[in-house]
Amino acid sequence: MMTLSSRPLPPPAGFPAGWSLGRRLVLTGGIAAFWGLSQRMAAAEIRIDITRGQPQPLPVAVSTFFGTAPEEAQVGADMARVVTADLERSGLFRPLDPRAFIQTPAALKAAPPRLTDWRQINAQALVHGNVEVQRDGRVKVEFRLWDVFAEQQMAGSVFTTPASNWRRVAHVIADAIYKRVTGEDGYFDTRVVYVSERGPQQRRLKRLAIMDQDGANHKFLTTDERFLVLTPRFSPTSQEITYLSYVNNRPRVYVMDVDTARQEVVGDFPGITFAPRFSPDGNRVVLSLSEDGDTRIYLMDLRTKAFSRLTSSTAIDTSPCFAPDGRQIVFNSDRGGSQQLYVMEANGANVRRISFGAGKYATPVWSPRGDLIAFTKITEGKFYIGVMRPDGSGERLLTESFLVEGPTWAPNGRVIMYFRQEPTNERGQGGRTRLYSIDLTGYNEREINTPEDASDPAWSPLIP
Amino acid sequence: MRSKVLSLIALGLLLAACQTAPQQGGAAGGTGAAVQPAAPTTSAAPATTLTAPAPGSRGDFELIGDRVLFDFDKSDLRPDSRARVERWAAWLKRYPNVRLTIEGHCDERGTREYNIALGDRRANAAKRYLVSLGIDTNRVATISYGKERPAVLGSNESSWQQNRRSQAVVN
Repeated sequence: MMTLSSRPLPPPAGFPAGWSLGRRLVLTGGIAAFWGLSQRMAAAEIRIDITRGQPQPLPVAVSTFFGTAPEEAQVGADMARVVTADLERSGLFRPLDPRAFIQTPAALKAAPPRLTDWRQINAQALVHGNVEVQRDGRVKVEFRLWDVFAEQQMAGSVFTTPASNWRRVAHVIADAIYKRVTGEDGYFDTRVVYVSERGPQQRRLKRLAIMDQDGANHKFLTTDERFLVLTPRFSPTSQEITYLSYVNNRPRVYVMDVDTARQEVVGDFPGITFAPRFSPDGNRVVLSLSEDGDTRIYLMDLRTKAFSRLTSSTAIDTSPCFAPDGRQIVFNSDRGGSQQLYVMEANGANVRRISFGAGKYATPVWSPRGDLIAFTKITEGKFYIGVMRPDGSGERLLTESFLVEGPTWAPNGRVIMYFRQEPTNERGQGGRTRLYSIDLTGYNEREINTPEDASDPAWSPLIP
Repeated sequence: MRSKVLSLIALGLLLAACQTAPQQGGAAGGTGAAVQPAAPTTSAAPATTLTAPAPGSRGDFELIGDRVLFDFDKSDLRPDSRARVERWAAWLKRYPNVRLTIEGHCDERGTREYNIALGDRRANAAKRYLVSLGIDTNRVATISYGKERPAVLGSNESSWQQNRRSQAVVN
């Protein structure tokens, strides 16, 4: 991984340090969000209740980061674009058109911002910065976030990094802004691994691919299209993925280091192994093994290679997923007659059903915050992505379609990604399959740009 | 000679089509049902090969009907499927050196992982019946493709029925 050093940047002389003050977009329990205004200006509180309607995004001005040399100016412009796009895509910010900006990047570099200029265009937050190429070739990037009405610097940092790393620094800055304003960790400095698809449905060609969360730095991880690859998942602790591959027509679970592309089969089982997921410590993989028509859940220790069986029914027990504390596992099973969600202790004890609504429930995925489980639901010929609490209460459906499947959580537990497949006609037309993201509230559904059709997304943790 | 061989192949196609037809049940009387079975069952016997399939070969097996169909989210063999598997057993007894792989498949109306498990159940349902009919278990391998390899295109009930299948392939 590339090195990235940072230190805080205090406010300019004459401005108070606003580290513990300032306004904040509060997202409580994934249900309600509101603006708590700084009391310093005694302004009226703007409140957003997203249980009732679309939340009002925060008007933010992101100025081009200033650079003296053309190369510095270019990086500064590119970084501002990436920060702007991150904030906009979150649905919580409304970046203002830079053509309306009064104060120039050069003026922002020379002196503290004239906040009246920014109030005039109704910016509530201002982001600006500068880029400097150092003598060793690395770049120094400074950024500041201002509360325009409270006249306070809310955040500021200096980063030093290889020039090629500018895009990552932009995501780190967007994460810092998101965190300072919402009080929650960001998710912009992350990657997504998924299955890239093409060709006719009967002979679909599938490859593993990885990209930054915003679609940049796309690359294929597998090249041999003779064999299917399915359902990749990220390790919570390392740049490793686990997935199902049909190499040599033997469907088995593999682990791959995404930086070196080195891959290794997980255990040597007699049947089909599939539906793998890492444990929260990254040392074990929980998976399904199908033998003679029965599908049970097993736990495999990646270091000792020891494995243990967790379920023993003659049903289909699959799609297991650990709780973030590692103490419980949620999975789906048809042991009760139809596909439903069950939770058990990590050793397989104390199995209890948690889903009781109409229809079938599948692919449960525990939120990284632990408070919710996302799932795919099938009922009356439609597919849904929804969330419920780990005890099965509070079910909410976020999106519906002919086919939506395979939710995965952003590391902050606020955003869910999944794939949607359109119906196909007899001539093979249609079938468009793409990745989408949606806010936990059910708003801000967005298609993710991919070069080909795409399915089975898995979101990485924040890059260390 | 040429036309004779061609008509022999055509007869084979017709036979395969006839044998598949009863499997489609009452619901498949609509459009497309007549052409759908031909494509997958004849894939290994392209029309450019102007010879009848050799006895005991993959193409020969396909002539007796290489797949059995299942109800939605089910893996038990229907009566028409049992009759088909009995033909497989008779054929395997005639060619004792031949091995089969039974592929389990599902329609697109389930989730990917569950369908891999369901396909495994379907493949094993056919295998278990073959073994009960006296076929050595070591001659029959199974694999599941879940919903990854549909036989026919189309997001409609008649296509989904064709795709819910166990398909035996001569190794």
